[in-house]
Amino acid sequence: MSVLRRLWPYYRPGWPMALLSLLLVLLGVCLGLMQPQIIRWVVDLVLQQGAWDWLLPGAAAVVLAAVLQGACRYGQRYTMELVAQQVIYALRSELYRHLQSLSFRFYDRVQTGELISRVTADVDTLRQAASVGMVNGLMNLLTIGGIVVAMLLMDWRLALVSLLFLPPMVMAVFYYATRSRATWSQVQQETARLTAAVQENLAGVRVVRAFAQEEAQVERFEQVNRAFREANLRAVRLNSFWTTTINFLAALGSVIVLWYGGHRAIEGAISLGTLVAFNTYLANLIHPVRMMGWITSMMARARAGLQRIFELLDTRPEVQEKPGAVAVGRLSGHVVLEDVSFSYDGVHKVLDHVSLEILPGQRVAILGLTGSGKSSLVQLLPRFYDPDAGRVLIDGMDVRDMTLESLRRNIAVVPQEPFLFSTTLRENIAYGRPDATMAEVVAAAKAAQIHEFIESLPDGYETVVGERGVDLSGGQKQRVAIARALLMDSPILILDEFTSAVDVQTEAAIRRALQRLMAGRTCLIIASRLSTVQEADLVVVMDRGRIVQQGTPAELSRQEGLYREICRLQLQTGAGKEGAVI
Amino acid sequence: MIHGPRYGGRGSRGPGGLALDAPGIRLREVDPRVYRQVLAFVRPYTGRLLLATFLMAVTALVSLAGPYLTKVAIDEFVARGDASGLNLVAAAFFATAVLNWLSSYGQTWVVSWVGQTVVCDVRSALFRHLQRLSFRFYDTTATGRILTRLTSDVDALNQLVSSGLVTLVADTLLLVAIMVTMLKMHVRLALVSFLTIPLIWAVLRFFQRRVRDAFREVRRTTADMNASLEESISGVRITQAFAREERNQEAFDSINEANRQANVHATAIWAMFFPAIDVVSALGVTLVLWYGGRLILGGDTGVTVGQVTAFILYLNRFFQPIRDLSQVYNLLQSAAVAAERIVEVLDQQPEVEDRPGAVALGRVRGEIRFENVTFGYKPGQPVVRDINLKALPGETVALVGHTGAGKSTLIQLLARFYDPWEGRILVDGRDLREVTQHSWRSQLGIVLQDTFLFSGTIRDNIRFGNPRASDEEVEAAARAVGADAFIRALPRGYDTEIGERGVTLSVGQRQLIAFARALCADPAVLILDEATANIDTYTETQIQEATRRLLQGRTAFVIAHRLSTIRQADRIYVIDNGRVVEEGTHESLLARNGRYAELYRSQFAGSDAAVAGESAETASRTALE
Repeated sequence: MSVLRRLWPYYRPGWPMALLSLLLVLLGVCLGLMQPQIIRWVVDLVLQQGAWDWLLPGAAAVVLAAVLQGACRYGQRYTMELVAQQVIYALRSELYRHLQSLSFRFYDRVQTGELISRVTADVDTLRQAASVGMVNGLMNLLTIGGIVVAMLLMDWRLALVSLLFLPPMVMAVFYYATRSRATWSQVQQETARLTAAVQENLAGVRVVRAFAQEEAQVERFEQVNRAFREANLRAVRLNSFWTTTINFLAALGSVIVLWYGGHRAIEGAISLGTLVAFNTYLANLIHPVRMMGWITSMMARARAGLQRIFELLDTRPEVQEKPGAVAVGRLSGHVVLEDVSFSYDGVHKVLDHVSLEILPGQRVAILGLTGSGKSSLVQLLPRFYDPDAGRVLIDGMDVRDMTLESLRRNIAVVPQEPFLFSTTLRENIAYGRPDATMAEVVAAAKAAQIHEFIESLPDGYETVVGERGVDLSGGQKQRVAIARALLMDSPILILDEFTSAVDVQTEAAIRRALQRLMAGRTCLIIASRLSTVQEADLVVVMDRGRIVQQGTPAELSRQEGLYREICRLQLQTGAGKEGAVI
Repeated sequence: MIHGPRYGGRGSRGPGGLALDAPGIRLREVDPRVYRQVLAFVRPYTGRLLLATFLMAVTALVSLAGPYLTKVAIDEFVARGDASGLNLVAAAFFATAVLNWLSSYGQTWVVSWVGQTVVCDVRSALFRHLQRLSFRFYDTTATGRILTRLTSDVDALNQLVSSGLVTLVADTLLLVAIMVTMLKMHVRLALVSFLTIPLIWAVLRFFQRRVRDAFREVRRTTADMNASLEESISGVRITQAFAREERNQEAFDSINEANRQANVHATAIWAMFFPAIDVVSALGVTLVLWYGGRLILGGDTGVTVGQVTAFILYLNRFFQPIRDLSQVYNLLQSAAVAAERIVEVLDQQPEVEDRPGAVALGRVRGEIRFENVTFGYKPGQPVVRDINLKALPGETVALVGHTGAGKSTLIQLLARFYDPWEGRILVDGRDLREVTQHSWRSQLGIVLQDTFLFSGTIRDNIRFGNPRASDEEVEAAARAVGADAFIRALPRGYDTEIGERGVTLSVGQRQLIAFARALCADPAVLILDEATANIDTYTETQIQEATRRLLQGRTAFVIAHRLSTIRQADRIYVIDNGRVVEEGTHESLLARNGRYAELYRSQFAGSDAAVAGESAETASRTALE
């Protein structure tokens, strides 16, 4: 119930509309109940007793009731949709805002693919339940109740007897609804397995061919394919059994009405018109009962979905703005780490009492083996994470005292794996500064050595990239990411050097682009190229969460230690990879 | 992955081989050949379908008995006060209900069975066919699109074959039966009630296109929204790094609003549909009441109260199949499109096929020659020209050259993923085109740049090319390439699951497993496309060692990126612009001071590394041991 209570605020703004919808539901159900009564009245009064004057008005009443009922059904559905869509809109918007505010730690933990499918699926079930489910559920319940009451009023004995079939039918409907959910989820599982099997085969087609394993693959697929068919057949069998059974129970009701009702009519206890009306009511009852089974399971799913959505909304972003945080202007880029410790899981220290001072405009290369804490260190600056202990200061101010936006505007980030959004190149470059002029975008692209390539595309800067557009090579993506960072023109730059290989010309172009990017800024570079290290003002060597060496490249190469060891290894094995032409 | 052909740049990958994925394709008449091909899949189950049709006919007839019996009961017995006759009719009614239950269950079951089986067959045929198609097909067609054909399109067909076909046949039968019965009961009354048919038709016509368009818009905006959501989540780190949350929120809200409006609009149309049908249905009832009443009034002795009641009941049943059929029509349309898309895949011809009379190759010694080979991916644009290469049994041949020079193409030709336009490739003096693909490839070990591992255990992955390999052989292969130690350190050793549900391995570890996989297949000839991705220094030395093991004692073609591998080669071919420009050993080529020496300098001599590297090599090895 608490879930529903939390949903109420979303409904509140639309309550007059929802009330109107409810009124229309009521009116519609009443009109629906009237139709058999009119028929009954026509049969008795006109056909039996011969009051022919009433024939035309009676017939007209049937049509009128249907038209009015239709209008009600239309109105209730439309008004409810308006309300439901408003609710869904608000919920979705809030969800989106929340997802954008959640910290890196959250995204480290969840599988994004799963998160995406969960969010979209949950909101969608909710959308169905909130509009169709709500209205139809109410309408069906009222209809069932109304029909039962009408039948009882006409002849309670016949009503009781003819409704005997109702309890087993309701049970059958609900039993089927539960069972079928289980079988369909099995079908869904098998679908996923089938898709995965095909997907893997397609992705690995070259390996399959190379090892001449086509037959083995076909056999494997046949297994999955057969299992899929079996699961489907199980679901179909269950479905066809229960659907036909429910129909049979309904037919049983008609048999009873005919038999017992017929006897009652012969005895003169009810009129012929009543008998006909009973028959019609019974026919009208079957559909709502069946629908209720479906709606109940839909509601259950929606509730579960809603619970998950609220759970997600309740996850607090770990990195939050302090109340009274200051919006800082352009910083000069004096970075100090004071005795900083940090861990992802609270147990294994990734940074262990690290202290470091970087002067404005200094170029710092951070060196170390995988897992030494290089990336974690730089991620503390823009507050992607907060340290467990110690402070990160920029221009003498704790980063936690600044507003997130103003802090992050002062730091440009070039990640190792460039991520481009599926929009135009222009928008991708202007991602951090959507208001940048075209001239500024072009200037950044030129500095990033990507302008010529962009101009060579048919749509130039308006070319859409990504899934629905042009696919860029790794080197091109990297330069777009550099242009994006250039346009930010922030005093501090964090650069995670790309390790993937590109050809010599691209390599040289990227190098030139980076030189432009780094000029005049405080740079923290996670270095993977020796040349970068050699050009740095300060080299910081990290090992197991600690800074083990620090100094200019010249100083460090004179010392015995990890720096020399890494350089040696890099020279020996990495030689063939820088650029990797041969 | 072996690189795809490089023509047209990376941006050119569109729908490619499958024309029906092209944007803006219009729905037009479906080729009758498509139906024939689909029917061929159904034919083996003709017997069952006949049974199903029979059961449908029974169901249709039996379900009509209800109103008729009601009429008989009212007219013959209730009106005349005959209680025992009423009992009889009620018993008959009960019997028809039971019969209806059984026949409709049987009918649904049989038809669904046929549908599922046919679809299973179609999927199987598709998959089998995909295993035969040449790489050109995969080069030009995104895998997502092929996947769609095999999953959603086959599903659309399934809907038609199982539920669609049942509804179509059963409802048509029912409709005809109802009309016949009504006509038999009373011709004029029947004709008057049929007056509603054109009305129904008009309603259907009116809604069909509008509803379809409205829902298409809903689907489109929903897809937009999901795409936006997906991208926002994938790119959330960049968004936060560039403090762009507000702007994204605005963009999302406008998509969100578009979706809301599309939904409301669709409801505005769709919610009108069923009430409209109901009004028409009520109109029918009124007509029957009014006209039936007039007939009775006019003294027509053929019309009774029971008949009017039966007519009303029949009319109610009349509208249900019409509603269903209108939905089946949509189903039919999308199924026809799906069928066409499936047949399009089945129609793709494999480019490399075994010649009639191709012989199975015995175990080869491994002497390989390329004789004047010319080949390209697009007609008129050769990628490699007039290539002559040779490798004696047991030799390592290194191919070097710039990206795009044609190295990958050469090894794809050697694996016979394509056939050359001109010239020939000989193995032990035998033209590759004269032997079966299977017998050649099963002796070939290929290690691709991007190591693709299948989901499953590590053990299964290593024995992928040689499913009969014993556990000892698998482990021996892993030991030989130096993968044994890290595999054993994993939670479940060789039985550790990898892939989405299992552990994630580093790039270097994946490469070592791919090496073990190649070694386990014990190929006579090895093709190695060395990876260029940066891996950490320790793994790198391991891979060098593993490469050495892998190349030992077999003919090998290597696209080499590592200095150590190149030095090891018996012969180096320098490929430039699709031609062999130099040939020789590392030393002889350096001495020649030509293209190879130039490449070598730009690559390995960057910061005197070549010199430093040699001394460092020994130093680091001792450091590691």
